[in-house]
Order: sequence, then C-alpha cells, then structure tokens
Amino acid sequence: MLLRHTSKEVKEREGLTINPAKTCQPIGAMYAALGIHGCLPHSHGSQGCCSYHRSTLTRHYKEPVMAATSSFTEGASVFGGQANLLAAIETIFSVYEPDIIAVHSTCLSETIGDDLQQITRKAKDDGKVPEGKYVIFASTPSFIGSHVTGYANMVTGIATQFAVSTGVKKNQHNIIAGWMEPSDMREIKRLSKELGVKIVLFPDTSDVLDAPQTGKHVFYPKGGTTVAELQSAGDSLSSLALGSISAEPAAIALEKSCKVPFETLDIPIGLTATDRFIMALSKVVGVAVPDEITAERGRLVDVMADMEQYLYGKRVALFGDPDQLLPLTEFLLDLNMKPVHIVSGTPGQRFEKQMRKLLEARSPETNFRNGLQADMFLLHQWMKNEPVDLLIGNTYGKYMARDEDVPFIRFGFPILDRIGHSYFPNVGYSGSLRLLEKILNAIMDRQDRDALEEKFELVM
Amino acid sequence: MEANIHFPDPSKVREELIQKYPAKVAKKRAKSIIVNDPQIIPEVQANVRTVPGIITQRGCSYAGCKGVVLGPTRDIVNIVHGPIGCSFYAWLTRRNQTRTESLMDANYIPYCFSTDMQEENVVFGGEKKLKVAIQEAYDLFHPKSIAIFSTCPVGLIGDDVHAASKEMREKFGDCNVFGFSCEGYRGVSQSAGHHIANNGVFKHMVGRDNTPSVGKYKLNLLGEYNIGGDAFEIERIFEKCGITLVASFSGNSTVSQIENAHTADLNVILCHRSINYMGDMMETKYGIPWMKVNFVGAESTAKSLRKIAEYFGDEELKARVEEVIAEEAPKVQAVIDEIMPRTKGKTAMLFVGGSRAHHYQDLFAELGMTTVAAGYEFAHRDDYEGRHVLPSIKIDADSKNIEELKVVADPELYNPRKTEAELEALKEKGLEINGYEGMMKQMTKKSLVVDDLSHYESEKLIEIYKPDIFCAGIKEKYVVQKMGIPLKQLHSYDYGGPYTGFEGAVNFYKDIDRMVNNPVWKLIKAPWEKAGNGAGLSASYVTQ
Repeated sequence: MLLRHTSKEVKEREGLTINPAKTCQPIGAMYAALGIHGCLPHSHGSQGCCSYHRSTLTRHYKEPVMAATSSFTEGASVFGGQANLLAAIETIFSVYEPDIIAVHSTCLSETIGDDLQQITRKAKDDGKVPEGKYVIFASTPSFIGSHVTGYANMVTGIATQFAVSTGVKKNQHNIIAGWMEPSDMREIKRLSKELGVKIVLFPDTSDVLDAPQTGKHVFYPKGGTTVAELQSAGDSLSSLALGSISAEPAAIALEKSCKVPFETLDIPIGLTATDRFIMALSKVVGVAVPDEITAERGRLVDVMADMEQYLYGKRVALFGDPDQLLPLTEFLLDLNMKPVHIVSGTPGQRFEKQMRKLLEARSPETNFRNGLQADMFLLHQWMKNEPVDLLIGNTYGKYMARDEDVPFIRFGFPILDRIGHSYFPNVGYSGSLRLLEKILNAIMDRQDRDALEEKFELVM
Repeated sequence: MEANIHFPDPSKVREELIQKYPAKVAKKRAKSIIVNDPQIIPEVQANVRTVPGIITQRGCSYAGCKGVVLGPTRDIVNIVHGPIGCSFYAWLTRRNQTRTESLMDANYIPYCFSTDMQEENVVFGGEKKLKVAIQEAYDLFHPKSIAIFSTCPVGLIGDDVHAASKEMREKFGDCNVFGFSCEGYRGVSQSAGHHIANNGVFKHMVGRDNTPSVGKYKLNLLGEYNIGGDAFEIERIFEKCGITLVASFSGNSTVSQIENAHTADLNVILCHRSINYMGDMMETKYGIPWMKVNFVGAESTAKSLRKIAEYFGDEELKARVEEVIAEEAPKVQAVIDEIMPRTKGKTAMLFVGGSRAHHYQDLFAELGMTTVAAGYEFAHRDDYEGRHVLPSIKIDADSKNIEELKVVADPELYNPRKTEAELEALKEKGLEINGYEGMMKQMTKKSLVVDDLSHYESEKLIEIYKPDIFCAGIKEKYVVQKMGIPLKQLHSYDYGGPYTGFEGAVNFYKDIDRMVNNPVWKLIKAPWEKAGNGAGLSASYVTQ
C-alpha cells in the first residue's frame, strides 16, 4: 500500500494539511503570464519559488517554461527586495529581451511588504524599462487562496494594466479564460470563429505551451495574447468570463476601469455548460448557432444516449479546482452518474455556494468540502468509508486509485505522468466527447478486467 | 586524457557568453567561466549569489534541506511549516525510492504534510498552528520522528520552530520532534539547506542508539539519495561483498539506522557537496574517518570497492571484492562492446547538481565520449578544485549565516578507527581519506568549466559546441531538446535508473545510446523544409 497510513476513521484537523488538493498563488500567476505574447514571468522572491513553479509547469507540459527570479538572499529579506527587482528588470531587458515582464510576488516579498506598484514605477522612472516595453505586476501572496487565486490575480493585473478605453468601441468581445489548458483555449477560439464572433481571448497559452519541435528554441513562442489585443480589450463590446473564481475578477476590473459589461459563465466542460457558452456567444453577436455546432452537440448527446447503461449510477470521487469541478460535476449528473465525494483545497464561499446549489437540486447526499483541510487525505478517507467506481483528479490521485483499486482519470492540474491535456481539449462538445470517451474507457476496461470468464462480453 | 575533439578557442567562447550582459553582470559572470587546465587547476568563482533576473537552475535552501537530505528517510513525518506551495512542490518529485520490509512498516514518503499557513498566521504568528499540526500528526500516525521545516515567512515573522519542536518532543516522550531553519532565502542555493540539514540530523538523530552494529566491515553510505533505486544497487553489491551497511544518509534509510550510524567504522561519501559536513562532524565526535568514493560508473565502482577493502585492510574482503568485480565486469563489458561503436567520439555537456556533473563524466568516458564543458548548479570551490582550497575560500555574508556546529570528541564514544599513521599510509595508496580532488583534475585541458550556468549561457554553449548530449534538470530538459539535442536529466534520470554500480552503468549506457542515436532527431525537418526537396515547385497537376 502506497498510502498505508491513511485510516478509515475521519478526525477533524485544524493545523495539519495532508496531501493538499491545491498549491500556492505564484504558480498560477506564472502560468497566466505565459499566455501573453513576448512576456517573461518574474518571481519576486527566493530562487526556490521560481524553480519549483517552472519545474511543475514543465513536468505538466513537457515544454520550456521560461521565468526569472529576484533571487532573494537574507540581506534582501531584511532590507527589502527593491534593489533585487530593479537589478532584475535591468538584466532581463538586456539579456532576455522580452516585450513585457510580468512580476508576481511570493509569500516572502509579501511578508516583508514590498510594494510592487511602487518598485515597478520606480523602474520606469529610473529608465530601466526600454521604450515600448512593459513591466506589469500582480500581488500573489501564497498564504491566501490557492494557485487559482494567483491565476485570477495575474489575469486581473493583465486586464487592468493593459486595457484602455479610447471611447470608441470596437466590434469585438473579450473572452477571459479561466484556468484551462492550451488545447482548451484553442478550442474556445475555434468555436468563436465558427459562430463568427470576433474575440480577444486572454490569457492564451496555445502556441506557447504546445509549441512544435522545429530544431530551434523560440524563447517567446508565437502564441499568447498580444499587447495590442490586450490594450484593445478596453474598447470591446462585452466580456465573457469563463469561471467565477479564476476569470471573473478580471472581468469585474475591466468593467470598472473601461466600462466593459460582462457575463460570467462556467468553463464549458460538459454538455450543459457548453450549451450556455454557445448560447451566450450567439446572443452577443445575434446570430443563429451554425448547423456544424448543433451537429457537434448532437454527436455528444448521441454517445450519452447510446452508452447510458455503462454510466448509470456509477459512483465518482473527484478533486481539483473550482472552475473545473463545477461544470464537471454538472456533466457527471447529466451522464446519470453519481458524484459521491468532491474536494477542493481552494477556499471561497462563492464556490461553496455554487457547488451546494448544484448538489442540493440533483445530489444532496454528496460529500463536498473546500478550503482548509479539504485535502486528498480526507477524500481518501471518504473513499474508504463509501467506495467509488471512478476517481477523477490530478496525477497525485494515482496513489489513492492504486491503493483502492479504482479506475482513475487524470483531469486538472498538475498532470505529471501523461500527455494529452495540452493537445486535446476538455471544453466544448468535442472536448466533452473526449472526456466522455475517457470515462467510458475507464469503466469498461474495468468491467473487462473483472468479468468472470463466462460473463466476458465481445460487444459492449 | 587529451581527446581528439576540436575545441573552439575557449577564451573566445567566454567572451561570447558574457558579451550580452550589463557590464557589472559580465564582470561577475566572467569569474565563474573558466578554461580548465588539470595541471594547474585555475580558481572558479562558486557558491556566490546569482544575479537577480538571470534565469538560473538553482533552487533554495528549503529544497536542499527537506527535498534532498531529509526527504529520502521513510519513517519521519516531515511537516513543512509555511504556505502550502513549498510542501506541495517537494511532494514525491525527487523520486527517492524506498523499500520497507513489510506492509506494516512506516513509510511517509508518499505523503505531503503542511501547516498551510494563512494570512492570520503570518500576521499573528504561526507557532500555535504548528503545534496543533504536530499534535495531529502524532495522534494520527504515532511516528518515531517528526521533522519541521521552516519556509521563508516563518523566519521573517519569528516563529521559533525549535522551541515548538522541543516542547512537543518533551510532551510526547516517545517521538523525536526537531526543526530546521531552512528558510528559502538562506544562503545562495540548495547548498545552504544541505548544511542546515547535516547539522540537524547530526544534532538530533545521530548517536541516539548505541547498540553495537553487527558485521565485520561496517560502513555508512553518505550522500546517496536512492533516486531511481541507486541505493538498491549499491546495497546489492555491498551484500555480495559482505560489507555491512549500517546507515545510509539518506537513500532508503530509516530513523533507527541513522540513530545508530556512529557505530560504523567508515563513512564513504558519494555526493561530497551535500554531506561532507556530516563526515567531518562524525570524525571529530566519534573518530570515524570518511573517504570519498564514486559508485557512478562501472570502473569507478570497482575502484571504490577496492578502496573500501584497502581501508579495512582485510585480505578476505579484498579477495571477495575481486571476485565480485570479476563476476560483474564481463556483463558490463559486453554492453560497452556493443554500444561503443555508436557512441565513441561523441561529446557531452554536464551542468547539474553539486557532484553529478563530476561523477557522470566517468560513465561517458566508459562510452568513449568526451565531456567538453561542465559545471555545478550549487557546488563550492572545493568541489571544482579539490578540498585543498578550503582554507583559501572566503567566507562571505551569505555563508556566514549558516551555523557551523562546534563539535568535540565525545568523552565516551570517541574511538579513532585508524591511527594518524594508518590514515597517512592509506592516503599514500591513493585513498581519498577526508579528502576530495574535485572535478577539474579529471577534465581535459581546454574544456570549459562554468558555475551556476544561466539559461542564456547554455543556449550559447550549445550553439558553439553542438554537443551530442546535454545533461541538466527538468527546467532545461525541453529547452535543449527543442534545439534538437537530447537532454538527460541527472536529477530525476528521466524516470529511469538506477545508474549506480554495475547494473546502473549498463542502464546508463543503454539510455545514452538510445538518446544520442534516436531517429527522431533526424525527423525534425519536414520533407518540404529540406533543401532541394521540391518545396515551392510548380504543381504536378494543374487545371489549365
């Protein structure tokens, strides 16, 4: 047994987190900043933060993840990190030549009280920022929220520090991407194009973290939202925020700074969430949904209907991040499956309320917990008390899956031991069909594995 | 050996590496980029601060302490006191394998423990939450030991992890609780954390159990972390030779082994950088000499086994070691004979760790490959130039912050295993007793040595030298591979291994052969991108 010390008996904990279902803010900020074209993320803290975040993102994407650090030593921790950040900005612009440096803070720089706004302004005043280049920032203290909060904070920083309202509206709409994969962002762009909606999608990590092998390392890959696009976001007719936790804060900020009205939707994972997304898109441009998209939807519903017997009543445990868990849970319910246990380390009443509302109506007996001590240890204990047929979550779930001998689908962040998430989407009808295929394969492979010889089926 | 490799003019290379830096940065970096001469061994600037903004391979003190040294011991509950990230990122990512005797034995390696410090803990102090966490860990698991690791904010807000640990240790009575002040900002790299870890393990673990260990040739294995099963292979060889492994620091180890380590008669050191402090301290307190060995590379393994036998000076052991080598060597040679024609004459670059960039050169040499440039991520001058430079290393502000334990001979347990004269005689025979010659003595003349290589420098080096393989870590892996050069990870072994000993050498040869000769590197260009392949020619079928 890998997790041999996990007992069945659940005891409330107040101090100890075991096997967390979250990580810290800065990694989310780093990921978001990679979705801006020509941007170098910069970690204002100890070297270890930057190294750990780059390593984790690299393991998840199997791609170069470039980012710099202020390399704090004890001196900087005592006297403040201003000198380090100013020196870093100068070195970065001369050596790595980005268009933008996106600085995020860490628990260290937040604890000593470094003011990123003041330091980045000073860098500009001191002439350390070349003409036409930018230094933006986001405050991302690791002791608040989770990696999702850090993502939201950086996206908000991007929105407020680039978007300008010229007073002349542009015939375009913003789509603010919640935390999703490059493949998902690519799919959002494709669907928008199908519907004829001109969008500014930000951040956009497609063509950044799924770059082709060309024999050359392109430091700033061709993808990412451009500065011009980001600036124009202030003149867009509206914003669609995909995800109430990871994307909505940026939409609110944009409404405040540039008066761009917004609507918040779930990330379009699964049938119903994609329906809402497509309806919203078609509404903003006032066009009918093209037949091709209706056919895509039809193919998904067709499989749901044809394979329903393998899904009905199957008990699922899932863990991950709020903006993924909400539409995923809804999808499982649409599939007639039973979400039995749900855990997310990301705190927040908004998420809690949304999830409770969804469950109340359709699965009131589901165990759900988020925030402090809502960790994989608790989830595992729940699974020991009320076993499940399927586990869905990031790579760390494989330890529970093996111990409990439960089929396992990798979904969320980080996925360290499989590829695919950066290339094949989980959003939209096609993405949901892929997710459904994975669910079916996991369940049906298990049925094949466990079937008595006389019950072994050829046709399923 | 002077290889038949064409070296670009190394002084020009150095110029090119630093030309893009701002003047002050260039001046600093120039001191860490050195053209090697094994005869005179020039000075390398090492273990100094990385310039802010430079994309470095380095991590932090916490990573060196919790991740490297303490991580591999399976039955300690390691609680990270701080915000959630630090514990999350160090969770299982170093591939420290461990093997318990039964399913009942403690193994906390697959677990991640954190106090998940919140804003209110930063503002009002986190000691209370830490003590609650320790109590909960004790109640849930009843472990032999609980170790506490401080992350950056902990030091700044003044939480006293040592006092909290002491209080809980005394409260429990049957659980050894101890803390490490390994905040990420200490020192200039992981190296500071190694030292802090050595101090803590020495103070709180070594010497707690005086039960005499059993065996004729008893040693401890220091600086081996069982990545990819390295320790299992060394254990296999020791067992075959009849050598008793009392404790490992810390691959595949347990608390009780480490507590009993001082009953061994020799410490052999693999990774000098991360554990040499322990060797020194155990020698002073208990009279156990340490000796530098290397189990990376088949020849190095044989050599190291012979040195161990020589140390014990026992003819029976010497004979047994020769038998084992004679049994193992032909299998290794057969693989070399098969692979060598495909690897001979190829070049490698190694920029990694604090000893790996040295040790792995032996494996490449066994494949007929030359190391054209190498450097460490977090080593000190002694790891490059040899321990004789230790007295001349300047102590700067960053290293001054790391505690030097004052160790004296234990009034009861000090027992010099060898006399001064015996040790001198062993040194005469070429045994690196309490010594290490460093990396540069072994590297070719005119090869390049670069400490704390930056991303920019690595791209330049690859452009200039076009090596056949590059060795580094996960952050460099896909950058280098995008340039069409295979990268071998020498922290995680690309999830392979073991690479130590005889079986490990064979694994490594096969991996390198597979990597440098993989057809994929020739498939990068599409047919239409290749010159003279008809790109842009007129269509074969037209409608007109």
